[in-house]
Amino acid sequence: MLVPFLRETISMAITYLFGSTGETVIEKGGNLNLGIPGIMCLGALGGVIGVNTYISIFTVNNIMAWLLIIFALIFAFIFAAFGGLIYAVLTVTLQANQNVTGLALTTFGVGLMKFIGANINQENLTLASRSISKLFKPELYQKLGWFGEIFLSHGVLVYLAIIIAILTTLFLNKTRKGLFLRSIGESPQTADAQGINVTLYKYFAILVGSGIAGLGGLYYVMDRSGGTTFVEASIEAFGWMAVALVIFSMWKPGIGIIGSLLFGGLYILPSFLKISNVQIKIFDMVPYIVTIIVLIITSVVNSKNSQPPASLGVNYYREER
Amino acid sequence: MENKEIKLELRNISKHFKGVYANKNVNINLYKGEILSILGENGSGKTTLMNVLSGIYTPDEGEIYINNQLAHIHSPKDAFEYGIGMVHQHFKLVDTFTAIENIILGLKEKVTLKEALDKASGIAERYGFKVDLKKKIHNMSVSEKQTVEIIKVLYREVDILVLDEPTAVLTPQEIEKLFNIIRKMRDDNKSIIIITHKLNEVMSISDRVSILRKGEYIGTLITNETNERELTNYMVGNKVDLKLERLKLLATKPTLEIRGLNVLKDDGTQAIQDLNFFLRGGQILGVAGIAGCGQKELCEAIVGLRSYKGDITHFGESIVGYTPEHIKEIGIRMSFIPEDRLGLGLAPNLSIVDNLLLKSYRKTKGLFVDRKSARKEALEVMERYNVSAESVDAPVKNLSGGNIQKILLGREIGTDPNVIITAYPVRGLDINSSYMIYDILNEEKAKNTAILFIGEDLDVLLTFCDKIMVLCEGRNMGIVHTKETTKEEIGLMMTGARNLLEMYPEKKYGFAPDSLIDQKKEEVNK
Repeated sequence: MLVPFLRETISMAITYLFGSTGETVIEKGGNLNLGIPGIMCLGALGGVIGVNTYISIFTVNNIMAWLLIIFALIFAFIFAAFGGLIYAVLTVTLQANQNVTGLALTTFGVGLMKFIGANINQENLTLASRSISKLFKPELYQKLGWFGEIFLSHGVLVYLAIIIAILTTLFLNKTRKGLFLRSIGESPQTADAQGINVTLYKYFAILVGSGIAGLGGLYYVMDRSGGTTFVEASIEAFGWMAVALVIFSMWKPGIGIIGSLLFGGLYILPSFLKISNVQIKIFDMVPYIVTIIVLIITSVVNSKNSQPPASLGVNYYREER
Repeated sequence: MENKEIKLELRNISKHFKGVYANKNVNINLYKGEILSILGENGSGKTTLMNVLSGIYTPDEGEIYINNQLAHIHSPKDAFEYGIGMVHQHFKLVDTFTAIENIILGLKEKVTLKEALDKASGIAERYGFKVDLKKKIHNMSVSEKQTVEIIKVLYREVDILVLDEPTAVLTPQEIEKLFNIIRKMRDDNKSIIIITHKLNEVMSISDRVSILRKGEYIGTLITNETNERELTNYMVGNKVDLKLERLKLLATKPTLEIRGLNVLKDDGTQAIQDLNFFLRGGQILGVAGIAGCGQKELCEAIVGLRSYKGDITHFGESIVGYTPEHIKEIGIRMSFIPEDRLGLGLAPNLSIVDNLLLKSYRKTKGLFVDRKSARKEALEVMERYNVSAESVDAPVKNLSGGNIQKILLGREIGTDPNVIITAYPVRGLDINSSYMIYDILNEEKAKNTAILFIGEDLDVLLTFCDKIMVLCEGRNMGIVHTKETTKEEIGLMMTGARNLLEMYPEKKYGFAPDSLIDQKKEEVNK
């Protein structure tokens, strides 16, 4: 009972983790992107189209899993980054309101996935999904008992998510470019006066961050849910959870790994308990309640290290008076 | 001086914001190894000019020459490449970073933190700075922050250094230390521009001084060949004759008395220090002072928007601890602080009617607002004060500054106040609108209302007010009758060079001889 629960927790957590890592990168550059749910849908859509492209070039039989996943990853990243590009042009170049832009992007992404996703051949996707979720699963995991079952029985995207979260932490905290990006989120005036190209960094953060978040959509469709495209509603919900997770993790992707496990576990838990559908809804609420509690605690403690980037959500225009 | 090399030349620089010129045809030269002061009142365009130089603003017209070559400065990055570094008045530092992290921000070359630390400590040692470079900025004092700012600029090996009001936040001892460092930089053949409005500092530190007034370049003088009086004249300009009326009324007993007022700024530094003064009905007390020396905090404290220490009494009753709402109820009104005219006074997207409703809704009972009477009131205000607007339902942000001012004024004084606090009521208004505002204030004065008028134009203050209180860095420099003073005297008081409180301690400036507070105390004692 415990082993499958923990396995499923990790499996579920990964969707959130991609989303929150991507959003953290964006927010560290000072942009609050509420388009993350839509961007994750775009990522899922891109992944599905990538898989289809692979199948139309090669064949369904005898899938080369490595090549297939590269197709899926590239398409998912580009589609999601395209969503990010729309957001970046509107908020960074045209100085539009970030919240409104983000919400519009969510509506757009969810709708587009619904519209195109419905016309895609489900059988092919199911086959492709099977090979994607099997990839990198080392055969010896079965010999390692519970340890193998919990930690090594996943598809390659799970490990990729954790690697990206760790690399993002290193990038933000240990590199010069990461320092420059954080300075923009804290005080774009300062960064600009120091000769940092604020616009360029913001575009970079938004595009890359959106791309990473989009992989969460790809993962959910092509790995966790086994290739079904009728899941846009849940992807949207997971997107909001990812945004909440950024706050929960206090803008630290490392803590985001742990947070995503907590959120994932709470999502999975009801299916392991014999409870009614109404009681399940209580578990749906818990992550939000936990996030609010974290917000209360960080606000009360008011430590400078757990605060959001100081200029989060504020557009920067150099010649402002 | 003549045989020195020209390092930097600003030619015909103009910059305007929304039709208002912040700089108009400014020409300034800077030699190698000299300290040049740029002197001017607030709003004279000093900071704008320096922001042009450091690439933050793009000038509308004009050229910058460095070492006799045309320089193309489109961003702060370009400015650094030409060796220009600026220490901004409002520090440009990331609070959550350490000093050294701030120093390496934006550096092109790849340095490790350790290398950067070595170089920065070298600079600190050379100029005698004492600062822990691994300390986070938010744990630092203001002077430490400034030190970091200066090291940050020096780290980039600039040879033109711009300091924007560097002494505003420092104690006299720290200022002396800073000046020694600046002199040392000059001896290293760097060129330094220091922006200030303090005359004594100009005299003590600079080799030459360039003066700006209302965005225009007035001239450059050699510091040794001038004096504070001459500089003041250049800075404030010649006396303009205004046909302003000063009503002569019999003043009433003190309406508002303020004793030992201490107010802090947002950043925790002292805004108002041990201030005593009083207002009488039928009198206008002008407040002169350089912008940012506590005027805003003073207004906010009186109307209950900012906490303070000290005593404020209204007709002898202490109003300490009253809520802003309660203070309004007893008849004290604040109107128009135009730096924030729309932000604090009116809701820009709402119509005139709705803005009047914001005030009057409390009077109506029941669930729904009484739009009909508010509309009537709006039409009255528009007619009485001659407001031109397409309709009472148009958003106020579409109106001109003068009309916005009149509506705000109409709303605030519509309910018969006995005290009006007003700051810069005519800033940004054309002549006619300004006179309209003065007339309205005079009307109120005739109704025995006490008026505190915070102004910036000394000519207006001298002709319009009955008395003038001069503030310098939040302290009272004395209260003078406008009939008995001169612009020069006030100028000297504004810069702190003349302190009547210290010169005539027996005069008890700011304490009313017929104080109601003392009267109350005596009654209690009896």
